[in-house]
Amino acid sequence: MSNVYVIADNIVSPLGVSAAANFAAVTGGHSGIRLHDNTRLSPAPFYAALLSSEQLQAYSAAAGLQGYTKFEQLLILSVSDALFQSGIDISSPRTAFLVSTTKGNIELLEQQPDEPRVTEQMELMVTARKVADHFHYTGTPLVISNACISGLLAILTAQRLIASGRYDHAVVTGADVVTQFVLSGFQSFQAVSPEPCRPFDADRKGVTLGEGAGTVILSNRKDLAPEGAAMVRAGSVSNDANHISGPSRTGAELGMAMRLAMLNSGLTPEDIGFVSAHGTATLYNDEMEAKALHLAGLQDTPVTSLKGYYGHTLGAAGLIEAIIGIRALQQQVLIPTSGFAQLGVSMPVKVIKELEQRPMQHYLKTVSGFGGCNAAVVFSLNA
Amino acid sequence: MNNQTAYITGHCVIRQQRVYCNGQLLWQDESAASLQEFLRNGYDRFAGQYPKFHKMDNLCKLGWLAAEVLLQAAPAVDHLPEQVALVLSNRSASLDTDVRYYQSVKDIPSPALFVYTLPNIVIGEICIRHGFKGEHAFFVNNRFDAAQVFACAALLLGSGAATACICGWLEVMDQQYEAVLYMVERKDVEGALPFTADNLQKIFES
Repeated sequence: MSNVYVIADNIVSPLGVSAAANFAAVTGGHSGIRLHDNTRLSPAPFYAALLSSEQLQAYSAAAGLQGYTKFEQLLILSVSDALFQSGIDISSPRTAFLVSTTKGNIELLEQQPDEPRVTEQMELMVTARKVADHFHYTGTPLVISNACISGLLAILTAQRLIASGRYDHAVVTGADVVTQFVLSGFQSFQAVSPEPCRPFDADRKGVTLGEGAGTVILSNRKDLAPEGAAMVRAGSVSNDANHISGPSRTGAELGMAMRLAMLNSGLTPEDIGFVSAHGTATLYNDEMEAKALHLAGLQDTPVTSLKGYYGHTLGAAGLIEAIIGIRALQQQVLIPTSGFAQLGVSMPVKVIKELEQRPMQHYLKTVSGFGGCNAAVVFSLNA
Repeated sequence: MNNQTAYITGHCVIRQQRVYCNGQLLWQDESAASLQEFLRNGYDRFAGQYPKFHKMDNLCKLGWLAAEVLLQAAPAVDHLPEQVALVLSNRSASLDTDVRYYQSVKDIPSPALFVYTLPNIVIGEICIRHGFKGEHAFFVNNRFDAAQVFACAALLLGSGAATACICGWLEVMDQQYEAVLYMVERKDVEGALPFTADNLQKIFES
């Protein structure tokens, strides 16, 4: 089993178009969440972390991407930047190309309001193929659509494919766009917060949605990894087997995924510098996560949620948040949970409130989603 | 992984209003005029007594029914719930339900439909029914890709993350549908085929 290094990364979000710019914004305390009044997306004003269309158009025009949908533009911009840094050959048969998303081009449904019909471009493999072709990738992209764990599951799948020897490198990208489709759905669940989301807080009132893309390039080649590169260690996926839209009542299944991720990385809870939790700020999710952290022995480990900076970016969340976590690990810094003031879960957990330096070697990223899915992955500094 | 440590111990194919298990035609429905009706008749024929079935969208009903038939023939009783994995794939993700949900948005957005606008919900429904808690992933492809399904299931079986894996293809779009599910286990049973991409493909084409 070979080591798997994160040799390049990118985030395209309201906070910037590179991973470095995004990390600087987050550590500077900036949030991408704003109040929007856009009747195309929602009849009433709503909070969300949206890319300004002028900004995206400018970047896409510069890159000659006018013929692509917004979802595809996000992916292409993100992959281009990461690929440029990495120096790998994407067209090699030893390179895997993974795409994660929940809804892909679903906004195309909204562009035919009279009689919405499915078109070929809404098929996730068709859009993934289009993006792969842009980079002259000739293999078959691996498209993962597994609700809100998609991004982290894509990283974990790529790590396993490389560690098992099937590939040498992987381009792992993911994106989702805030659409009327998704926003109305969360609103129909009464799950959208009337203020910017407040993960783990006593007054949390639900999720805030966000959009963006994230990319990591993974490789088994240590010589391609920059100084201080992180490694993707073991991870685990579990299912609650309880409810399709509500999280586990006990947190046992997420707790098990956390335990297995640490165990299979040869680590104990004491080794983990911090946990980057899912922290959607719904009543039930954060409660479930607090229980899972206790069951995994992580009740004394600092915990953060990045949803207060990015909103919930769905299929991109696992990627964007893993990248910020990796950079936090490299900079030896704990990132505060934006929107959090007072603990509001029944099992006490150590939610990070202030930016703080701390020596650490490993961190744990977790995500959970509809369908009862959970995933946890350990990232480590290259020792 | 060493292919000889895993075997295809059962398979279920549902297409053209016929249900096959391990290559045998178990049932064919001549009467159903729609996919919805066929799935309801299949539920009555093979299951019953699971009221949640009626709330599901067609993709979940099809996957639930195929898993029901598969597990009646190849029960996963020798495996811990945490060691049973699911690796499923299709072409249209949840687009069949996405359109229905989006039609409701103009009127009153339906939370009951919205929850089915993710393809992995069928994995959740199968896990709830059978108590499976293990690894899982939903992949989207333009066709059944035996090599890809094999590779992803083999990663889980080969690393010990799972001792059994239900894998395959579950597609629904309007009235078009196809289900091919395999039970793959790290044990040999009489009549089982070695777990290879070729054998997955042969069963798919049979």
